[in-house]
Amino acid sequence: MSAWETVIGLEIHAQLATRSKIFSGAATAYGAVPNSQACLVDLGYPGVLPVLNAEVVRMAVRFGLAIDARIARQSVFARKNYFYPDLPKGYQISQYELPIVAAGAIEIVLEDGTVKRIGVTRAHLEEDAGKSLHEGLGALTGIDLNRAGTPLIEIVSEPELRSAKEAVAYMKKVHTLVRYLEICDGNMQEGSFRCDANVSVRPVGTEKFGTRAEIKNINSFRYVEKAIQYEVARQIELIESGGKVVQETRLWDPDKGETRSMRSKEEANDYRYFPDPDLLPLEIDEAYIEAVRAALPELPDAKAARFVCEYGLSAYDALVLTASRDLADYYEAVVRAVPTQPKLAANWVMGELSAALNKDGLEIDSGRLSAEGLAGLLARIADETISGKIAKDVFEAMWASGESADALIEAKGLKQITDTGAIEQAIDAVMAKNPAQLAEFRAGKDKLFGFFVGQVMKATQGKANPAQLNELLKKKLPG
Amino acid sequence: MALTREQVENIAHLARLELEPAQIPRFQQNLSSIVDFIGELERAQTAGVPPMAHPLPGLTQRLRADAVTETDERELYQKNAPQVAAGLYLVPKVIE
Amino acid sequence: MYRQTLTQLAAELRARRVSSVELVRAFLARIEASQSTLNAFVTVTAEQALAQAEAADRALGAGRGGPLEGVPFGHKDLFCTAGVRTTCGSRMLENFISPYDATVVSRLKAAGAVMLGKLNMDEFAMGSSNETSYFGPVRNPWNPALVPGGSSGGSAAAVAARLLPAATATDTGGSIRQPAAFCGVTGIKPTYGRVSRYGMIAFASSLDQGGVIAASAEDTARVLREMAGFDPRDSTSVDAPVPDYLAGLEQSLSGLKIGVLKEFFDTGLDPAYERCVREALAVFERLGASVREVSLPNIPLSVPAYYVVAPAECSSNLARYDGVRFGHRCAEARDLEDLYKRSRSEGFGAEVKRRIMTGTYVLSAGYYDAYYLKAQRVRRLITSDFARAFGEVDLLMGPTTPTPAFELGAKVADPITMYLNDIYTISANLAGLPAMSVPCGFAAGLPAGLQIIGPHFAEARLLNAAHRYQRETDWHLRIPEAYA
Repeated sequence: MSAWETVIGLEIHAQLATRSKIFSGAATAYGAVPNSQACLVDLGYPGVLPVLNAEVVRMAVRFGLAIDARIARQSVFARKNYFYPDLPKGYQISQYELPIVAAGAIEIVLEDGTVKRIGVTRAHLEEDAGKSLHEGLGALTGIDLNRAGTPLIEIVSEPELRSAKEAVAYMKKVHTLVRYLEICDGNMQEGSFRCDANVSVRPVGTEKFGTRAEIKNINSFRYVEKAIQYEVARQIELIESGGKVVQETRLWDPDKGETRSMRSKEEANDYRYFPDPDLLPLEIDEAYIEAVRAALPELPDAKAARFVCEYGLSAYDALVLTASRDLADYYEAVVRAVPTQPKLAANWVMGELSAALNKDGLEIDSGRLSAEGLAGLLARIADETISGKIAKDVFEAMWASGESADALIEAKGLKQITDTGAIEQAIDAVMAKNPAQLAEFRAGKDKLFGFFVGQVMKATQGKANPAQLNELLKKKLPG
Repeated sequence: MALTREQVENIAHLARLELEPAQIPRFQQNLSSIVDFIGELERAQTAGVPPMAHPLPGLTQRLRADAVTETDERELYQKNAPQVAAGLYLVPKVIE
Repeated sequence: MYRQTLTQLAAELRARRVSSVELVRAFLARIEASQSTLNAFVTVTAEQALAQAEAADRALGAGRGGPLEGVPFGHKDLFCTAGVRTTCGSRMLENFISPYDATVVSRLKAAGAVMLGKLNMDEFAMGSSNETSYFGPVRNPWNPALVPGGSSGGSAAAVAARLLPAATATDTGGSIRQPAAFCGVTGIKPTYGRVSRYGMIAFASSLDQGGVIAASAEDTARVLREMAGFDPRDSTSVDAPVPDYLAGLEQSLSGLKIGVLKEFFDTGLDPAYERCVREALAVFERLGASVREVSLPNIPLSVPAYYVVAPAECSSNLARYDGVRFGHRCAEARDLEDLYKRSRSEGFGAEVKRRIMTGTYVLSAGYYDAYYLKAQRVRRLITSDFARAFGEVDLLMGPTTPTPAFELGAKVADPITMYLNDIYTISANLAGLPAMSVPCGFAAGLPAGLQIIGPHFAEARLLNAAHRYQRETDWHLRIPEAYA
C-alpha cells in the first residue's frame, strides 16, 4: 500500500542552557530536591512579576541566525491561559503572534544522500511547566515546580517531512545545531530536548492535508521514528477500513509500542492568548544581531563541507564527524597531531574510538583517551612501527590503561619487524617445520601461501611487516 | 446581546468557576448587560488604529542578567500551601 | 495631635516634641474605637507597630532615621507584607501570610514609616464602594450610612477619620481618586510605571498603579517621594530619576494653562457637585492660571473599553488562585476539576466572579477581536485625545465623580450603574496618566473632589497645583464631626 503520503511537522522543545530561569533568578539545575528551585515568581505567588533573562534572548537570536531566519525586531510575550497543576499561574508565558524567530530553514541529508531543505516556520521563547509525580502517593498527584519557568525555545517546522526517517533526520539535525550553538545540553533523558509530532496522511498526489494527530512529548530519536510509524499505519488502516482520523492529542506509550488518545487533553482548548501586560515588547536592534552573529561558531553544514575539501573525507564521513561539535573538535585535534593522516584519523575516530565510547557509555569529551593520545597511536601506524592489526591491540590496551601508544609498544615489544634478515630467519624456520605443506605448495597448491603468512606472523607475534613478509615469501617458497 | 445559559456555563467552566444552578440566571442577566454595555465599542471608528497594550509609549522590555539570585525557601513558601508531602504540592490524582 | 498633617507630625517627631510610640498609641486607640463603625482595617498590627515605633524613637534620638521616621502609616491590604496576612479583601486569601514585602512596603519601611495595619478594600480591588470586601463594607466617616468609595475605601476612610495620617492605595480605574473624593481627602495616582507593582497583588496589570491617600497634597508628595522609583523586579517600572516632589510645591501658578474637560460636565453630574468644581476652577484663575474648555471626543468610550481590558487581564491574573500552592482550598475535592471549581467559587465573591467571567468571555475564541482588540484600539484613541489636549494645556481638571458618596446597597444590584461611578476616572488609567483628587467643597453636606490630570510624569506639576489650591482653601482640613 503506497497510495498514501505521510505529512509530518515537528515542534521541538529545547531547554535553553541558562543558569537561571527565563523570568526569575531561580536555578535551573536538573535533579534538585523537589520545589527547592521554585521561587516566588515560579510559584506564581500573588504580587510577583516576571523579568526577562538576557541570555535567553541571546540564545534565541543565535539559533535564528544559525537557521538563516528572520529575527523579529519586535517580539511580544503572550499568555496562554489554561488550568493545570504543573502550571502555577494558570497561564504559560509564551510568544504567539510575534515570535522572536521566523522563517528559517534546516537542511537534512536523506538516506540516498540527497539534501532536503525543511522550512522552520518559527521559533519562539516560552517557559517550561513543572512536573507531576504519580508514584507512591495513592489517590494524589505530587507537583514539583523546579522545572517551572525553565526557558524553552519551541522550534516549529513546516509540515514538510514525509517519513518517520526524515523526521528523525530533522530532529537529529536540530539536536546537533543547538549543541553546536551551546544553547541546549541536548539531554533527552532529562527532557532538555523533546518533541511533539503532528502526523497526517493523504492520498499521493493530493494537495489537501489530512486530519492530523499530535503525538506529545517524545523524548528519543528512536521513539520519534517508532511513534510516527505506528501512527501512520494506524491512520491508514483507519481510513482504509472506512473510519476517519480525528484531530486529537495522542501519547506515545513506549512499553506497548503504540500511541493512544489523551482523554484529559481532549476537551477543546480555548487558550485565550493575549499580550502579557507584565512584560513589554522585546526589541532587538541591528547592532545586537550583528554582535551575536559575529560570535557564532562554525556550524555543522559549513564544517562538514570544510572537512570534505580540507581533509578529503567522503560526504558521509564528514557528516558523521560533524554530528557534534565535540566530536568534530576531537577529530581536528587528532589531525593537527598527525597532519598527513586525515583519513586514517577519520577511520579511527569513527571506528575503534566510537565503538569503545559506545561500549562504555561515554561521551567524546569524557577524557578517557585524549586526541593527542590517539594521534600518538596513529603516528606509529603511519611510520610503520606497528601494523594496523597490532594497532587495534595497542588501542585496547591504551583504552584500558590510559598509557601512551609508545610506552605500550615498547613495554610489550610490539614494534614491527622490518629487518629483512630477521623475517627471513622466521620464514626459514617455518619452512623447516612444515615440509609437507611446502611440498604441496610447490606442487601447485597456491592457496597454501596464506598458511605460510599466518605461520610466520604467529611466530613473530604479528610483528612482521606484512608487505615485507609477502615479498620475501614470494621469493623463498617456490624454492 | 443576551448570553445563553449554555454560554454562561461554558465561560464558567473555562474560568474554573462553579455556579450553583440557582445563581446562573442572575449571572446570565448580569453578563448580558455587561456585554451590551461593552458592545458600545462597536461605534468607535478604529480603522487603522493599532491596538495599545501598554499605557506608556516606546517602553521596551528590560533584560535581567542570567544569574541565580534565589535560594531555597521551600519551607517558608509552603507554609501557605493547603496540602504538601515530601516537599510536593498535592492535588487529587491527575489522569493523563 | 491626630488633626495634624503627616508633614507636621514628621516635623514634630524629628524635633522630638512627640515620640513615635505616643503617636502610634494614639492612632491605635482611634483605630480601635472606630473599627466597629468604619471597619477600615482588615488587620491591625499593634504589637509590631509599637516595636517599630520604639526603634524609630531610638533612631530619632540618635539623630538618624528616614524622612518618615516614626510616622504612623497603613497599607491597603493588597500590598504584600512579610509575616503579616495579606487578604486582598478576599476569602481566597483570608489566611495568606506573605513571605515577602512589596517594593512599596519595603521602601516606606526604609523611610521609617510605622505600619499600624492593613486596610480594607473591595475584593481584589474590584469595586467602587468597598461593598465587595469579604471582611464587610467600610463605611464613610462623614455618614456611616454611605459608602466610602472603592476600592481603596479603607485607606480613604482611615485618613478622613484621622485614624492614620496617610496610607497607601492603588488605582486601576479610580480606586484612589474616587474614595478620596467620597471621603474628602487627597489622593494621587502616579503615572503608570512610576511606582513599582512588585508585591502589589494584581487586578489588571496594565492599569494598576500604586499611590497614596493623605490629608493634603504636601503629605502625598512627601510619601510619594519615598514610594516612587525604578524597581528592577517590575518590567513595567520606569527607569527614570524621581524628582523631589516637595521642592516645587510652592511654585507660582501664574501662566498655568488649565483645560476643563467638557465631556465631564455633559451628563449626570450632580449640580451641587458641579458648583464646587467650578468654584475651585475660579480659585485657580485667581492664582494666575488660565482656564479653558477642552474636548476629548473619545472619552465616553473609556468605561466600556475599561470593562473589556480590566476584566480580561483580571481573568488571567486570578487564575493562579487554584487551591494548590496558597489560598483557599475547598474541603474534600473529588477530583482536580472539583478542586479548582469549588476552591475558586468558594474563595471569590460575586463581583470578582463576574469580572473573571467577563474577561474570559472577551478573550475567548471568536470574541477576541471584537472586544479585546477593539478596546485596545479605543485605548489608543483615548490616549491620543489626551496627548492632543496636553499640546494645548498643562493640566486637565474636572470632577472626580459624578455624585458624592451614595448609600450602602444603592448600587449593588446593577453592576453597570456601579461601573459608571468611575466614568471620570477611568480614562487616566487607560492612558497611564498621573491624576489626583483634591477636596473642593461639599455638595449637600458631602465632600466633592476636584480631579487634576497631567501628562506622563507630571506628578510634580499636579502636586504643585493641588498644594497652591490647598493654601487658598481649607476643605482638605475638614474632619468629619464624629472624628474631629
